[in-house]
Amino acid sequence: MTVQTGIQPISATRRAKDRLVQALVYLAFALAVIPLVSVLWLVVKNGAGRFDMEFFTHSMRNIGARDAGGGAYHAIIGTLEQVLLASLIAVPIGLLTAVYLVEYGEGGRLSRIISFFVDVMTGVPSVVSGLFVLAFWILVLGMSFSGFAGALALSILMMPVVVRATEEMLRLVPRELREASYALGVPKWRTIVKVVLPTALPGIVTGVMLAVARVAGETAPLLLTVFVTDSINNDPFNGPQMGLPLYVFNQTILPTDVAVDRAWTGALTLILIVMLLNLVARLITWWRSPARRR
Amino acid sequence: MAKQIEVAGLDAYYGSHKAIEGISMTIEPRSVTAFIGPSGCGKSTFLRTLNRMHEVIPGARVEGKVRLEDQDLYGPEIDPVSVRRTIGMVFQRPNPFPTMSIYDNVAAGLRLNGRVSRSQLDGIVEDSLKGANLWNEVKDRLARPGAGLSGGQQQRLCIARAIAVRPQVLLMDEPCSALDPISTLAIEDLISKLKQDYTIVIVTHNMQQAARVSDRTAFFNLAAQGQPGKLVEMDETSKIFTNPAEKATEDYITGRFG
Amino acid sequence: MATPTRTTESGPALRRSAFRRSRGDGPFRFASTGAGVVLLAIMAAIGLFLVVKAVPALQANTSHFLTELTWQPNATKPVFGIGALAFGTVLSSLLALLIATPVAVGVALFISHYAPRRLASALGYVVDLLAAVPSVVYGLWGVTFLVPFMLGPSTFLNDYFGWIPLFSGESIVGKSMLTASLVLAIMILPIIAAISREVFLQAPKMQEEAALALGATRWEMIRTAVLPFGRPGVISAAMLGLGRAMGETIAVALIFPATFKISFQILGPYGNSIAANIANGFGEATEVGRGALIASGLVLFLITLLVNMAARFIIARRKEYARAAA
Ligand SMILES: Nc1ncnc2c1ncn2[C@@H]1O[C@H](COP(=O)(O)OP(=O)(O)OP(=O)(O)O)[C@@H](O)[C@H]1O
Ligand SMILES: [Mg+2]
Repeated sequence: MTVQTGIQPISATRRAKDRLVQALVYLAFALAVIPLVSVLWLVVKNGAGRFDMEFFTHSMRNIGARDAGGGAYHAIIGTLEQVLLASLIAVPIGLLTAVYLVEYGEGGRLSRIISFFVDVMTGVPSVVSGLFVLAFWILVLGMSFSGFAGALALSILMMPVVVRATEEMLRLVPRELREASYALGVPKWRTIVKVVLPTALPGIVTGVMLAVARVAGETAPLLLTVFVTDSINNDPFNGPQMGLPLYVFNQTILPTDVAVDRAWTGALTLILIVMLLNLVARLITWWRSPARRR
Repeated sequence: MAKQIEVAGLDAYYGSHKAIEGISMTIEPRSVTAFIGPSGCGKSTFLRTLNRMHEVIPGARVEGKVRLEDQDLYGPEIDPVSVRRTIGMVFQRPNPFPTMSIYDNVAAGLRLNGRVSRSQLDGIVEDSLKGANLWNEVKDRLARPGAGLSGGQQQRLCIARAIAVRPQVLLMDEPCSALDPISTLAIEDLISKLKQDYTIVIVTHNMQQAARVSDRTAFFNLAAQGQPGKLVEMDETSKIFTNPAEKATEDYITGRFG
Repeated sequence: MATPTRTTESGPALRRSAFRRSRGDGPFRFASTGAGVVLLAIMAAIGLFLVVKAVPALQANTSHFLTELTWQPNATKPVFGIGALAFGTVLSSLLALLIATPVAVGVALFISHYAPRRLASALGYVVDLLAAVPSVVYGLWGVTFLVPFMLGPSTFLNDYFGWIPLFSGESIVGKSMLTASLVLAIMILPIIAAISREVFLQAPKMQEEAALALGATRWEMIRTAVLPFGRPGVISAAMLGLGRAMGETIAVALIFPATFKISFQILGPYGNSIAANIANGFGEATEVGRGALIASGLVLFLITLLVNMAARFIIARRKEYARAAA
């Protein structure tokens, strides 16, 4: 048996391996950040050119692919309406489903099935939700392409996100709080509405905003459901409507520089909206529960 | 292979909070040294400065000197990794690697240090498990997960893992506090046996245990909450428990506070 | 950690037996149960109506849907099949996964074990931002910047590694399978990194300290105490990423050259996917054409469903494993 004397330095190979892995890990992070920086930089640089009044006040009506000018007013209005409608559908259903899972499901069979399908729904590709609304709402029921059809597709994508975010927040509400309320003779549903939901509210709002941010940038479901228009249509229930992501897509595939410039500005606007939603969502979490984060 | 540790003027910090202050002592080779003292007085912190585990915690740092015979543990050319290889540690809660078998747990430290032949490894694993008084209980199921053992067996497995790399010092932070009385006795027997080969330092809240297993005892205390912990006195265990020099020590071991 | 607070109120027995339930409870319970059932109904409807609209088109098809490569459902004699599209979907997603997973694991380790603590969560947020960029923006970036940019590296790969079948071929273009896979990789990286990061952070500190106390370097500690613990989590994260990549539409619709050929030459002018084909083909689709696209969407739905379920299955097993190890 070798008897060691004193502290032996560790072998050069082990030291080298440790250093190598450290370098690789730092490199991986750099690799991940490069595309982000590149995308953001190009979006800002190329999008700034058309980031003007006309872009935000005009539609593309009577503006051809070669014509300069034009704007995304119709698309921005469309996106706002579609996302709002989608939230109006998805948030109540998602919220109530989460309440069922946490407060009433009691781990029973139905709640396990619902929970499983919420996971399945999370994985539904966005284009498939568009195809579903196309097949069901437009082809079978014979409704027209409209902003509302787009909102339906978006709401399917939002629902599971809202359910999971709400569920997680509801489970964080301490049991003692519920029991304190029961002990005062408050019925269960009022306990949920008056005690549990308000306690979990900031977290739920954050989850909803992240869900909104996610669907606000979705293109594929819109493509199949709202159709495409160059004109302003303020009525989401009648006739084709535009959406900002779709606008970007449409201008990208046009072969002229002026169109691609419009696409970049559309992308810049879209990113600003999505990032703003993200930021606000995170600020709410950060502001309400600094201690909850590790 | 046991060695003497000498500590001089040691302070340890967590960020800006000073947890222990001005500790100086000599820890004798081939003996058991016990650390006692009220909760929060910095016994664990001090123990962890002895093999540079303290600095694993973000923001933690150490000032002062710790020497292992003639080497300064905090010297600029010393690699903390090699310090830990030389000064092993056993934790309060048994922590075998859950994804590894009993055999692999014991072999884990050796495998880090380059190639060891299978037969050599077999020999060391057997020796270490025997050294930890665990061999007879597990020799038929070396390939089973280490997490499947009882708490006391897991702790002895962790001791086997620590001695398999042939350290010169073994640090133990309340090794029996998560164990039942029978397992505790088994570990105490083991400690008495190991001290023939190792320098052993053990933190314990159990006065009887300190009296039973240790040769020398160090009593730590802190003036008030938020103040850094200090070494009050250190002497032969028999002296500390029968005739301590300090009033605070006597109060503590007779249960008047802490 | 405490067991998750599964809310088995101790109350019900008491409240139900001795006292009448409050009048509001029934309706509220009904509404929340109803919402859950609506959600189930939507999932069922998705399957049902895709099938309903796919069947007539499949009946009009004059070729075999699963093996045919071409896609001409709008012709008077419709001929279409999922073959080339499914191939492109699977190949591009697997390539994306191959590129993204090692980087994502590196990023996750960086944030969980390497970055200075103060910076770690801010840097994690930076990576999460990658996920916040809408896919159409990646598409725009892809066609205008990455496609021309990739011509150089692709030519290099072909010149020096052309002997590897994947990099072989006569014509090398920017709009290739490789470029599309690269964009997909960037898009799925954040989700894989985020999940891996969470599992790495959960690796028990006790075992990490045990490894360090044995004289392990940081990497050896990660290899002994973090990676074995995190492996199932990383695998399921990768599977979830795979599902995302397969369903990703707009970015790749802009990049794929939209051919209907099965080719492993990832630098050449080939490549398409089910989702991209739906986006590109919808505009001029006839009645049968739409049905055909819906049929292809159904296939996509089923594939992603399988991949996602496999991922969930691994996560579920992992929980049991963790409990057994505790
Ligand atoms: N990771 C840490 N971060 C910050 N402060 C710490 C940390 N660990 C310990 N401390 C502080 O250092 C002081 C000493 O703690 P230490 O754990 O060393 O005490 P101890 O004597 O081992 O107590 P016990 O008998 O309860 O184990 C305490 O005030 C404690 O709050
Ligand atoms: Mg302690």
